Amino acid sequence: MSRPELEALQLERLKRMVNYCYENVPFYHERLEKAGVTGDKIKTLSDIQYIPFTTKDDIRDNYPFHMLATPMKKIVRIHASSGTTGKPTVGAYTRRDLDLWSDHVARVAAASGACEEDIFQISFGYGLFTGALGLHYGLEKIGATVIPASSGNTAKQLMMFRDFGVTGLVATPSYALYLGEMVKESGYPRDAYKLRLGLLGSEGCTEEMREQIEKNLGIFVTDNYGMTELGGPGVSGECEYRCGLHFAEDAFLPEIIDTETGMQKAPGESGELVVTTLLREGMPVLRYRTKDITRLNYEPCRCGRTHVRMDKVTGRTDDMMIIKGVNVFPSQIESVLVGTKGIGPHYQLVVRRRNFMDNLEVKVELVSADLLESYGELEALQRGLHDRLKSVLGLETKVTLVEPKSLERFQGKAKRILDLRNEKE
Amino acid sequence: MQIQQLSVFVENKSGRLAEITEIIGKAGVDIRAISVADTSDFGILRLIVDKPKEAVELLRAAGLTVSLTSVIAIGIDDKPGEFAKAMRVLADGNIGVEYMYAFISCDKGKAYVLLRVLETDKAVECLKQNGVTLLSAEEIYGM
Ligand SMILES: [Zn+2]
Repeated sequence: MSRPELEALQLERLKRMVNYCYENVPFYHERLEKAGVTGDKIKTLSDIQYIPFTTKDDIRDNYPFHMLATPMKKIVRIHASSGTTGKPTVGAYTRRDLDLWSDHVARVAAASGACEEDIFQISFGYGLFTGALGLHYGLEKIGATVIPASSGNTAKQLMMFRDFGVTGLVATPSYALYLGEMVKESGYPRDAYKLRLGLLGSEGCTEEMREQIEKNLGIFVTDNYGMTELGGPGVSGECEYRCGLHFAEDAFLPEIIDTETGMQKAPGESGELVVTTLLREGMPVLRYRTKDITRLNYEPCRCGRTHVRMDKVTGRTDDMMIIKGVNVFPSQIESVLVGTKGIGPHYQLVVRRRNFMDNLEVKVELVSADLLESYGELEALQRGLHDRLKSVLGLETKVTLVEPKSLERFQGKAKRILDLRNEKE
Repeated sequence: MQIQQLSVFVENKSGRLAEITEIIGKAGVDIRAISVADTSDFGILRLIVDKPKEAVELLRAAGLTVSLTSVIAIGIDDKPGEFAKAMRVLADGNIGVEYMYAFISCDKGKAYVLLRVLETDKAVECLKQNGVTLLSAEEIYGM
């Protein structure tokens, strides 16, 4: 589909969605009424700017079902994301929503190179979380074999890899990294594992981390993106060229805004991703602020897909730590750590406040025994990390080397930041 | 004349040295000599044991970062000036010492020094020529 054709389709769907929300969701009725926006006021795609944003707090305030646009009898599935703070975020799906969802995930899976011959092990935790079931139905839709392994019990995960001839893995990058370490240590020959593809998601993954996972598991990894508020995975995903995540633009309309001012940014500029669902029936959202920082690339892709490509998320507007007034994203630190020889890929960030001064400690595991012959080399490693972190972050850090496997491993989203600034020490 | 020495990366946490040496102690590995050097965050534990290969495997299995390197051991009389003599031999032979640690033997009047040098063969040759007593691995492990 050419861009003008796609935009015409988006405009038509956007108008319909605005009217649908106005008529069916009291929350939007009130918001749109106040802003003076209805479907017929939207003449071009850029008129979307007159629609007020929806935030995570709005969804939380309307917990659990006040954002629904259909009566409960039309809802066939409910998901929720674990609320790190307070109540979970709920997602409700009609039968048509589920069908479209699995279509979108099927697209992501196909773009990654998955096909009906593949046997996928889903090592995401099942349950309320959208990731596991989202990938489950999407992969089934392309005809792949699905093993709903869920997360945990690593020995059993490896046994299934070998015994069931698993070719594809669905997991968080940090769990995939851990599984990779275990595969290396499993004592089985390389060819006991047939893995070739990894559809990793639900948390960020740097290039370096990805390389390590690919090396240890012998797989080709693609990234995909989604969130409960938008219905789960399937919003965007990488193709085989891995130069951005193709956005399912016929169903999700993306914008990039300035977090501070809320103004749209020019194409190609980095900012907060805002998404409007164009087709959801159960729980539509208009201009949802994802808090994810990325960029949209409208250049055509080598793979031939015309859908806009979103960069890997470079940070979260709320994961961002402000240390001594400097904005710090964990992904920046990760890129330094994973590119350093002798240390493992896991890390922990500890932020403390002493004498009214913030300080950041970066804990990494020393895995290479080659440096044990002299203190000089260990100290050079520490100093090297410190210096590179300083040049990337513009901030002094304290680098601590710890013993291998002493940092916590995560099977779901990794929680690597320990902020002790408001704790009494 | 080369003796296998274990180097173990240890975090500075109370009880950690006890935990690590318990791992090998329980398996009946006997420690001949020990040295710990540390900074404020971490230390390197150096061990000479009677069964180095087993000890490395036990410690690696426990998830520790361990390396095995060659060191040499010299025996000197426990008298003033004796240690200096041995050091002079190395200095005159232009042999740099990375680190060393000493222990006193149950044999009365003898002290032993473990040395880590960059050029082990050259050091062994030089010390022999100058009449410094070198101990074999068997002698150390079997003490
Ligand atoms: Zn592409």
